[in-house]
Order: sequence, then C-alpha cells, then structure tokens
Amino acid sequence: MWKTIFLNAVKMLFLLLAVSFITFMLVELSPIDAVSAYIGENSATDAQREQIAEYWGLNQPPLTRYLKWISNLLHGDMGTSMIYRQPVIKVISEHFKLSFWLMLFSWILSGILGLLLGVTASVYRESVIDKIIKIYCLALESSPAFWIGMILLLIFSVRLQIFPMGLASPVGTAVTDATLGERVQHMILPVTALSLTGISKITLQTREKMNQVLESDYALFARTRGETIWQFVFRHGLRNILLPFITLQFGALSELFGGSVLAETVFTYPGLGNTTVQSALKGDIPLFLGIAVFSALFVFIGNLTANILYAVADPRIREGERNS
Amino acid sequence: MIKKLQNRRLQTILIIIFSVLVIGVITVTGMTMSSDAYATSFENKNLPPSSAHLFGTDWMGRDMFMRTIKGLSTSIYIGLAASGVTSIIALFLGIIAGMSGKHGSAVFNWFVDLFMGIPHLILLILISILLGKGTKGVTVGVIVTHWCTLGRIVQAEILSLKNSQYVQASEKLGKSKLWIACRHILPHVVPQFIVGLVLMFPHAIMHESSVTFLGFGLPPEQPAIGIILSESMKYLTTGMWWLAVLPGISLLLIVILFEVIGNQLRLLIDPYSVQE
Repeated sequence: MWKTIFLNAVKMLFLLLAVSFITFMLVELSPIDAVSAYIGENSATDAQREQIAEYWGLNQPPLTRYLKWISNLLHGDMGTSMIYRQPVIKVISEHFKLSFWLMLFSWILSGILGLLLGVTASVYRESVIDKIIKIYCLALESSPAFWIGMILLLIFSVRLQIFPMGLASPVGTAVTDATLGERVQHMILPVTALSLTGISKITLQTREKMNQVLESDYALFARTRGETIWQFVFRHGLRNILLPFITLQFGALSELFGGSVLAETVFTYPGLGNTTVQSALKGDIPLFLGIAVFSALFVFIGNLTANILYAVADPRIREGERNS
Repeated sequence: MIKKLQNRRLQTILIIIFSVLVIGVITVTGMTMSSDAYATSFENKNLPPSSAHLFGTDWMGRDMFMRTIKGLSTSIYIGLAASGVTSIIALFLGIIAGMSGKHGSAVFNWFVDLFMGIPHLILLILISILLGKGTKGVTVGVIVTHWCTLGRIVQAEILSLKNSQYVQASEKLGKSKLWIACRHILPHVVPQFIVGLVLMFPHAIMHESSVTFLGFGLPPEQPAIGIILSESMKYLTTGMWWLAVLPGISLLLIVILFEVIGNQLRLLIDPYSVQE
C-alpha cells in the first residue's frame, strides 16, 4: 500500500511541475503586460518603466525567470501580488480560508444528497420518484452554476429578503469581526448554489451503479432470503458502490474549484475564487500563477487522497498486500 | 413485438428530429437577424414581459427576446465549432493511444492527467486571455480543456476491442491491421464517439457562457447569453427579474435539448437498449 501511495505522490509531483511550467509559459505568451499592471492607473515615464521591469526582474528571458520562480516556490516564496501589494502566499491563504469552508460544506452536502437521491432513484427504479429525480438532475446539470446563484439571489435576497445579497460579513464589518451567526447566514446561499451544481452527476452515477448492484445474483439471493430492499441496500449495496463513489466525490474537486469561482463572483464572496477573477482581470501575474498552481495542487491532493482511500476501502487491495 | 419495436424506434427518431429542428430554427433565426431587432429605444425601457416583448426589455429598451435568440445562436455556433474540432482531436489522439501499445498509452494518459489536473475554468481563463479574449479565445479554450474526456473514451474502447476474441481471430486469419481497424474497430468506436460528441455540446456551451459571464469571453457589445446574464446581475436588486430568469431558462432548454438528443442517440445505437 505504501509503495502505491509513494509512486502516486512522485507521479503527482512531476505533473505539478509540468502544470507550473505550462501555466508560466502561457502567462508569458499572453498579452498581459506586467509593468502596466503594476503601474495601474498612474502614469510612468519610459525610464520608470524600465526601472520597474528591472526591479521585478522582468527584463530577463522567460526560462531564467521560470527557474527562479520555481526555486523560490520551493522555498515557499511565490512572489508579491501586484494588486494587493502583499506576498502571494499570504493573499492565497487568507482568501482560501474563506473559500475552504464554502467548498467543504458544499462538497459534503452534494455528496450526501447525491448519494441519497441516487440510491432512492435506484431502489424505486422506473417509478414516478425515479423519473422526478432524473428530470431534476437533468435540469440541474444543464444550468450554469452562476445562473443558479442568481436565481437564489432573486428569490431569497431580493424577494423574500431572508439572506443578504453577498459578501461574507455585513457591510462595514471585517470578516474576522463578524459573528459566527452572521458568517453562516452569508454562507448559506453560496453553499446551496455550489452544492446544487455538483449533485446531479453524483446522483446519476450512483443510480447507475446501484442499478448494477441490484441486478446482481447476490442481490437476488439476499432478496430471496427475505431481506427487504432497504435492508439489502444498507447491508450490501452501499459497500459495493463505495469505490466508484470515492472516485466520483474526489474527482469532483476540480469542478468544485471552478464552481467556487463562479459562485463567489455572483455572491461577491471575498474568497479565492473572487481573487482569481480579480487577478486575471487586472493582470496580476504572480498572484494568478500562484492560484493556478495552488488549484492544481488542490486537485492533485484530492486525487492522491482518493487513491489512498481506495487502498484502504478496497478489500482486494488491502488483503492482497497482506498476503503478498 | 415488431410493431412495438418500431414504435420505440420511431419515438426516439421523432424526438431527435424535433430537437434538431428547434435548435436549427433558433440558430438560423439568430444568424440572419439584423441588429435592428434588438436596437436601443429609450421609450420602451425596463418593460416587463408582454405580448409585444416576450422577454421584456432592458434599461436601454432593447428587446430581450431577440437578444436572447441572437445570444443563443452565438453560443450554439461556438459550441458546434468547439465540439467539432475537439472531437476530431480526441478521436485522432484516442486512436493513436489505443493502437500504439503500452508506451503510447502511458504518454497519452500522462497528458490527460495533466489537463485534468488544472481546474478547467482556470485553464479556460488563461487561454482566453492568451488569445485576446473574444470568440477565438473561448473556442480554443473549450477545445483545450475538453479533448481529454472523449479521448479517453475512444482509447478505452479501442483497448478493449483490441483484446476481444474476434479481433484476435481476425489477426490470426492474416487480415491486415488496416482491414481490422476499418472493419472491426471503427464500427464500434464510431457510435460511442458520436454520442460523446453530442453530449459535449452542453459542456461547451456552459463553459462558454461561464467564461463570458466572468468577463474573459466574448466582448460586451456582442449579444451572448453570458453577457446578458452578467449585465442583469447589476439589475437584480431593482426587481427586473425577467432580465436574469428568461434568458437563463432559454439557455437551460437548449442545453437540455442537446442532452436529450445525445441520450436518445445512445438508446438508438446501443445494441443493449435498441431492442427494449
């Protein structure tokens, strides 16, 4: 088991390195001018521009800068954000703290609800319940995350005025000063929007897998022994769909990150997603690069965890290691 | 029995034809529409939906129904272009990976892992900026992020076919590789490929509108669903609900139509369900 994990980790390290190289080169080729981004609204003479380029090391060839950037990165230094005028690491960690809770709650919520709906649809296959769940999933799968967010805002903030329009804390209070209740209140709509978009995929896949399990011979045997269908689901069914569920749930992390960018933009939630958009719009290259690498790290850690859980959860791998 | 079978087939085909027709009509109407249809007219601004303006008008008096149709046709056009190119790339790479043995597969898988590793939205934003935003940036962005899934389907299908008994038998009978590829492998890959292609449209369209919504896609003067929705964000609090709701529902319907076509096609060409 440890060997598998180690090999996976090494593979992921190489992938991350490749990701960082590709993103760096893509940004390098893009028309974003780092010097202009730094100057922003102010005007500068050519001499000043050269000075700035010199200061940030922008006049060196791309490959040299990449190597320097990557070696700094390994020392934990990702450069300085041009719009926040703070170290990129600090900007990312501050904003990720807010996004983390948002993503965690949506991730758990969509996992549980998706599993529940999928199993229910499968147990009552071809019935009205199944059809309703299927149509519901089709509609959710087909609507963009940001639009769901806008509809939620329209209903709950504009019409019913139960939830605030956006941000992570009441206007005028810093997030760190807001009470837990206020923060939860500001989080409910974004979490709902984000989890809704993830549910349909998990539901449909769970339904599919559960259908296969329910059609199997051992299901038939269990049923003839007198187990009710729900008894069977809890005793055998869930165990048998556990592995695909793990893959699916951890594989959803990449979409979760993308979804959080959209949801945070709609709800003006000051998390990492919002920062991503700002950094890209304003041409803050160090910050955007940092976020891109961070998001890839996030996805890879998710995959690695899934692989480890796989080894723990799958008796064939677990026992196979012990016997060999 | 036979009658029933025909009914099922007929039903499926009718559903497909109907969906294609609806999409086709919207695309053609949008493409041929002159910009007068959604011109600004300040006498008619901020009108709720009525029989004259089905989707109401916005703060510049533009007819939202016409703008939505135009935007949908742009989205469908980009979706078609992106999925078309993506599927050809995916088919090509998938076939190479499937046929080239162990090392080819390893290289292919590594690249797929690489592209799956970066959240698609981030990569899309990056590529869109790189190509100066606009239609080109979005289309290329969608292509770069979407080839992996379909490529993997093609590769997996080929790998499993290559090891199947009848292909091995055919090899032992002395048939050439090309003959086997054309006669045995392609007929199985093509249906999977077509379904995958159709089911890619919804993804392409949704990604296009998302990137545009964030401000990295199509330019603001072009009527696109993403633009319409991001503009309506500013008017959410004013109670002008129709600006956000109706164009969004139209997009939803188009995406659902594509998914319906894909699923019905799958039923039609999958040997397991075609006899049901």
